[in-house]
Amino acid sequence: MDFDLMITSFPKLLSATVITLKLLSASLFFGLFIGLLFAILRLNKNPIINKFAYGYSYVFRGTPLLVQIFIIYFGLGQIEYFRSTFLWVVFKEPYWCAIIAFALNTGAYTSEILRSAFQTIKPGFIEAGKSLGISSKIIFYKIQIPIAIKQSLPAYGNEIILMMKGTSLASTVTLLDLTGVAKYIISTTFKPIEVFIVAGSIYLFMTFIIHNLIKYLEKKFSY
Amino acid sequence: MELLYFGDNGWGDELFIATLMTVAVSISAMLIGFLFALIFTPLKLSKYKILNLIGNFYTTVIRGVPELLVIYLFFFGGSGAIMYVASIFGYFEYIEINAFITGSFAIGIISGAYSTEVFRGAIQSIDKGQFEASKVLGFNKYIHFFKVIMPQMLRLALPNLSNVWQITLKDTSLISVTGLVEIMRQSYIAAGSTRDPLLFYSFAAVLYLLLTFISMKFLNRLEKNYSRGF
Repeated sequence: MDFDLMITSFPKLLSATVITLKLLSASLFFGLFIGLLFAILRLNKNPIINKFAYGYSYVFRGTPLLVQIFIIYFGLGQIEYFRSTFLWVVFKEPYWCAIIAFALNTGAYTSEILRSAFQTIKPGFIEAGKSLGISSKIIFYKIQIPIAIKQSLPAYGNEIILMMKGTSLASTVTLLDLTGVAKYIISTTFKPIEVFIVAGSIYLFMTFIIHNLIKYLEKKFSY
Repeated sequence: MELLYFGDNGWGDELFIATLMTVAVSISAMLIGFLFALIFTPLKLSKYKILNLIGNFYTTVIRGVPELLVIYLFFFGGSGAIMYVASIFGYFEYIEINAFITGSFAIGIISGAYSTEVFRGAIQSIDKGQFEASKVLGFNKYIHFFKVIMPQMLRLALPNLSNVWQITLKDTSLISVTGLVEIMRQSYIAAGSTRDPLLFYSFAAVLYLLLTFISMKFLNRLEKNYSRGF
């Protein structure tokens, strides 16, 4: 055991954790909107819209995240027309490509979580709202959404942890996140176990925090 | 599209072999995972606190750390660890382990952690009366486990195990960083030499979708078979 290496690599890994957290929060933020949008589309009665939303979540849940990042980062730059549009400013940055891939991926999983949460809401709640003469917009925001949040919290907590682990793939598109820096230190020092212990502990600590945060929220939302 | 043809000019045959490699790694990782689950599930269900702790340590650490980090640990640390063990027995030559074995082990340990949780949950949700009944009837341990507990456990575990299979199949794409030529690595090579990454990575996505689709069909039939009578 090389304890000196563990001590010297700790600050480096900790500063890389900031990038991991940035990637995580940005992708969760965008992913939540994408998830909500596609969950609503899934519940639409129009079969074409419905099938489209199902196809989206099927494709993104059926392929590895690595493929999705590679298509967005390496693949899209190949289209000549695409490079001339204003979107290219965003897509030439590996940082934004990673966030877009993560957001689309977590959006697919989130849409499934939210859809099942919406579907388990007892129709009695909605009927009660209707019979009280509440408009369907308010029923959606004040009855359906709060119940759906409560229902989906445990599953969404798992998704946050999965996404946190998923951000490690950003290291494959040249970003120096926690895993990227860990790999760099391993390949320069050839001391994989020491670096793994330090980086792994940081990841476990984040998992621990997220886990407890979700537990706290679950308690707060339970009735 | 010509790039995907079979033969010397296309990458079709290479990608086909790579797909077989992905399936092979996934299956061997899944089996190694079952082996780990076989060791750690009893530990997690044990009466003794220390054994519980070991079981929980394994599943918590593996499920809380990114797969890529575990793979790097095995990729960079695997041969070192083997050489260290070999040096105890007086063998000091350089030992290089095959990328297939490293990859299967790394993914296997990850999938084992998920399988352990699945088996634990399945055994815990079997009715207590079943354990008591088989004890009352005086079955020996072998019949108790293989004829009473296991069939019920499999029925409860199968839906979740098919999720674990999906996760394992997708995780194998990460072994491409170690240089094992599976779908991802082959697409990377093809994309590099033809400068057509969009085509090859999209095709890789299609291959993965095909694999998940086929395996889902198969597993759903298996589930139906095991839940006969329910």
